[in-house]
Amino acid sequence: MSEILRIENLCVEYRTSEVGQPVKQAVRNLNLSVKAGEVFGFLGPNGAGKTTTMNVLLGFVSPTRGEAFLFGNNVREPIARQRIGYLPELTYYYKFLTAEELLRFYCQIFEIPKSEQGSRIDAALKLVELESARKRLIKSYSKGMQQRVGLAQALINNPDLLILDEPTSGLDPLGRMKVREIIQRLKNEGKTVFFSSHELGEVETVCDRVAILHQGELRVEGRVDELTRRYNCNLEQVFLKIVGYEA
Amino acid sequence: MLRKSWAIGGVVLKEMTRRKDFYVLFILTAVLTVAMGSVNVFDDTRMVRYLKELCLTLVWLAVLVIAVTSAARQIPAEREHRTIFPLLAKPVSRWELVLGKFIGCFLACGIALFVFYLFFAIISFSRERELFLANCFYAFLLHWIFCAVVVAMTLLGSVVLSTPSANATLCFLAASSILFLGRHLKQIAQSMHEPLRSVLQVGYFALPHLEFFDIRDLVVHNHPAPFSAGDLALVTGYGALYTTFFLVAAWAVFRRRPLSA
Repeated sequence: MSEILRIENLCVEYRTSEVGQPVKQAVRNLNLSVKAGEVFGFLGPNGAGKTTTMNVLLGFVSPTRGEAFLFGNNVREPIARQRIGYLPELTYYYKFLTAEELLRFYCQIFEIPKSEQGSRIDAALKLVELESARKRLIKSYSKGMQQRVGLAQALINNPDLLILDEPTSGLDPLGRMKVREIIQRLKNEGKTVFFSSHELGEVETVCDRVAILHQGELRVEGRVDELTRRYNCNLEQVFLKIVGYEA
Repeated sequence: MLRKSWAIGGVVLKEMTRRKDFYVLFILTAVLTVAMGSVNVFDDTRMVRYLKELCLTLVWLAVLVIAVTSAARQIPAEREHRTIFPLLAKPVSRWELVLGKFIGCFLACGIALFVFYLFFAIISFSRERELFLANCFYAFLLHWIFCAVVVAMTLLGSVVLSTPSANATLCFLAASSILFLGRHLKQIAQSMHEPLRSVLQVGYFALPHLEFFDIRDLVVHNHPAPFSAGDLALVTGYGALYTTFFLVAAWAVFRRRPLSA
């Protein structure tokens, strides 16, 4: 299996605004790789460095040291993001546009031919069940509908790698089930999914491999079944052991 | 590359047409001009010139407000509403984003200018019964280039300053000061002592001379434009140079700025 995502010796440091405070190390010497077709869970408590790592992968933050690659391209280059779909934790879309206009805009960004745009938009809206609301401004959508627009935009370019930042956070049980279904469907289609989540039961169900980060460092990485066997408990208990929580 | 910037510009344009700013400013300008035009004290024939001057001043003010406020909020609003994250997670470089924002604001200013100058032409024609179309066209074109410089300058301000309101106020003051005082800066410098004299002289040569784009007097007095196509190209090149400089500076500041999702 080819490597889709590779992180080498990644370090991210932040300077705090307070004078005399030491530099904050958000990520320390992180090495990680995700292979094609894997569903990879990126876990850790709040402040562990998950979002910072995702920010580096998406080009929002430059690493202090080390490199990250998507499809063999350095993440500093916009071309690295040509074959990825990204779903942020919360919905951040242009509320003055309709869902159809938003998806058309993203089609243009991906330089999808005009003749293909209509069918892609139809398919994405059908998948997230927003066909009837396609002409309505996003600002009139409910939270769940906005989250579904997010999912549609993440899939509009038919990505080979989907990066999801806590995709089920704030969703009702139906919404969660829908996201899980979509992840499962993408997995069956041979797509790669890299996602962070605090829902460890969900991670255990859908993920092939996981990595657990704590205080900016990679503490453990491996197949879900291997980890649960090695620690002789479920993934949630593995997670608690790794982050040093004793009940 | 340009295709992505055009797409971003299209979204900016759509946002501007769906906001009420432009319509409010246009209605305000129209109401003020028509109200002033309906008053003709002592049947003075100079009233037409006065009316034209007033209308053009209002147009300059309104378009400056549109250019500055629209450009000032573009990048900060993307960050504040966090729409920048799904956008930059796609194969878009920060230069394409800056350029797209510029294209959108520049086109929006062009549309606003067209509507305003059309209104001005109607007002002029209704009073003078003749229309100096060439003058109106030159005034429109130069005014649009002025907008390009102001939009680019404001975009630079928006990535340097943290609050859009502070940036908008500063850019509005800077543009209007340069417009009205820029031409006198050299004379003011000569009346000063060193080192202020040198500072003002450097300012005179470094700042964009926005007054080059203001031919209101020619339009008001119906003088034929005293410049050739070559002069027009030169002034356009001058505007393009400053616009490029401001855009490249905006990109240089913005390209390494960390964004935390």
